[in-house]
Amino acid sequence: MATTQPDKPVDNGVNVEALFGAQAALAATPEAARFKWRSTVEWINGTHSRSTIEGFYGLGAEQKHKKPFTFEADHPEIFAAQDAAATPVEIVLAGLASCLTAGVAAVAQARKIQLRSVSATLEAGMDIRGILGVDEDVRNGFDGIKVTYKIDADASPADIKAIVAQSQKRSAVYDIITNPTNVTVEVA
Amino acid sequence: MRTTVVVIGAGQAGLAMSWWLAERSIDHVVLERGEVANTWRSERWDSLTLLTPNWQSRLPGQGYEGDDPDGFRTMTETVEFIERYATLVAPPLRTHCPVVSVRRAGDGYQVATQQGTWQCRAVVLAAGAFNMAQVPALSAEIPPDIAQLTTARYRNPESLEPGGVMVVGAAASGAQIAEEIQRSGRPVTLAVGEHVRAPRMYRGRDVQWWMDATGLNDERYDQVENLRRARALSSFQIAGHVDRRNIDLNALTALGVALVGRLAAVREGKVQFSGSLRNLCELADLKQNRLLNTFDEWAAAHGVGDEVDPPHRPEPTRVVASPPLGLDLRRAGIRTIVWATGFRPDYSWLDIAVLDPKGNIRHDGGVVTEAPGLYVMGLPFLRRRKSSLIDGVGDDARDLSAHLASHLG
Repeated sequence: MATTQPDKPVDNGVNVEALFGAQAALAATPEAARFKWRSTVEWINGTHSRSTIEGFYGLGAEQKHKKPFTFEADHPEIFAAQDAAATPVEIVLAGLASCLTAGVAAVAQARKIQLRSVSATLEAGMDIRGILGVDEDVRNGFDGIKVTYKIDADASPADIKAIVAQSQKRSAVYDIITNPTNVTVEVA
Repeated sequence: MRTTVVVIGAGQAGLAMSWWLAERSIDHVVLERGEVANTWRSERWDSLTLLTPNWQSRLPGQGYEGDDPDGFRTMTETVEFIERYATLVAPPLRTHCPVVSVRRAGDGYQVATQQGTWQCRAVVLAAGAFNMAQVPALSAEIPPDIAQLTTARYRNPESLEPGGVMVVGAAASGAQIAEEIQRSGRPVTLAVGEHVRAPRMYRGRDVQWWMDATGLNDERYDQVENLRRARALSSFQIAGHVDRRNIDLNALTALGVALVGRLAAVREGKVQFSGSLRNLCELADLKQNRLLNTFDEWAAAHGVGDEVDPPHRPEPTRVVASPPLGLDLRRAGIRTIVWATGFRPDYSWLDIAVLDPKGNIRHDGGVVTEAPGLYVMGLPFLRRRKSSLIDGVGDDARDLSAHLASHLG
């Protein structure tokens, strides 16, 4: 049975008016659009580390999250580690999943489509001969990522596909993963 | 010298404007840097034809009179067509008269040229949107032994060195050039960014017949949902071939063209491609199907569903499981890169502060509101979806000449 209620406004919990406002404001003041995202990390032991995220820069000023967030990372026991936390590559998948899913909600809101449930599973292939240095022709990173969404919404399958495609088009993490980025690592 | 209006450019836009100014008895001169239809004449490749059928080049005072309304004009025929229009309009024309500067002077403008200076009350910029080929900055990092050229300089496959060719950009130009180079026996790698897929024919009619009949070509700039995006869209990925064949990515794949993602970076002679190819193809497929849905809905609503063939949907774009993410240009045998990455207008001679930070002119449907009496024509979606077509300049010239006439008072 259809659950569409024409009188009820679409609410995916995304304030698109604020986002459209920001879009217009930043077109006029491009310098305010320059953000710096930051993270710090402390080694704990073995492959176990803890990252802390609190401050960032944007809209021309230093900004702060409501509270510091910490993320631990380790490796599984079959890598001869303690498995105290998820592996860094899994956290990359989590970052991609969260970014795309936020995009799905925002695009659906902008297109006035009510979401009822959104879930996705992600799988990335990797040949670990790369990181182990067994074969120089094998890359360290993923050889591909497969994301599969399950979405229940008041929309046709084509419209749902279009939301997911548009979310990829506007996703920061999707761009970070699909395009090269210059990385500078220094010792202070 | 003194006149009321200076029109810069004697292509279809400048000539259509001259026709309307004459109709409204407004004194003017048309300045042309070279000959009538200069860009059509000199800066296009040999096999290029118009992307719009012959019937669809309606200009003020000149309809189609030939016996091949569904054909596509070659560049020579296009130049002849515009020359014929120039004969009909018979504008007060100065050829070989490049403009050096346009600046404010009193409540009007001063237009300096190599043939002297005009004082006028209004200026119409009709020099076109395709003056300068745009090439990404990373082209500077391409190894020097690999030849590079733009679509403005490319002529034909035979003038390229034997060996592989990378074509960057898959709008109409890039797709057409990739097709003919691949057919010449030079293997082509096509770097695909955002593109607009469309079939040449749908339900037995040309795509431009649908665009015209449904009113989509007449959609106005102040009615479209996202104007900034509509103005930035690339051309339909189509060609004007006699057999009306498609040149979409599936057709190119069938010829042996290798599709890769958007060109993202050059590192030590190796190029890197974005991993986003699949999504860009999915976006283009979805968008094409929405367009075809619009056609179908219009046909049903207007009772023409029986006059045309039944609806169908083109096969989704085929993308290999793992498109290559990088290429060592030398090892892959690539000898030439063709940049089909778009054009931009040249406003280097415009000494009036009306450009945005990206170098585009700020205007409201062709009216440059910050400089009263200044108008621009021929840009994508200037006033209508068809504004950048030959078929679109007539309505724009009518509207803008009316605005101009009321400005003159």
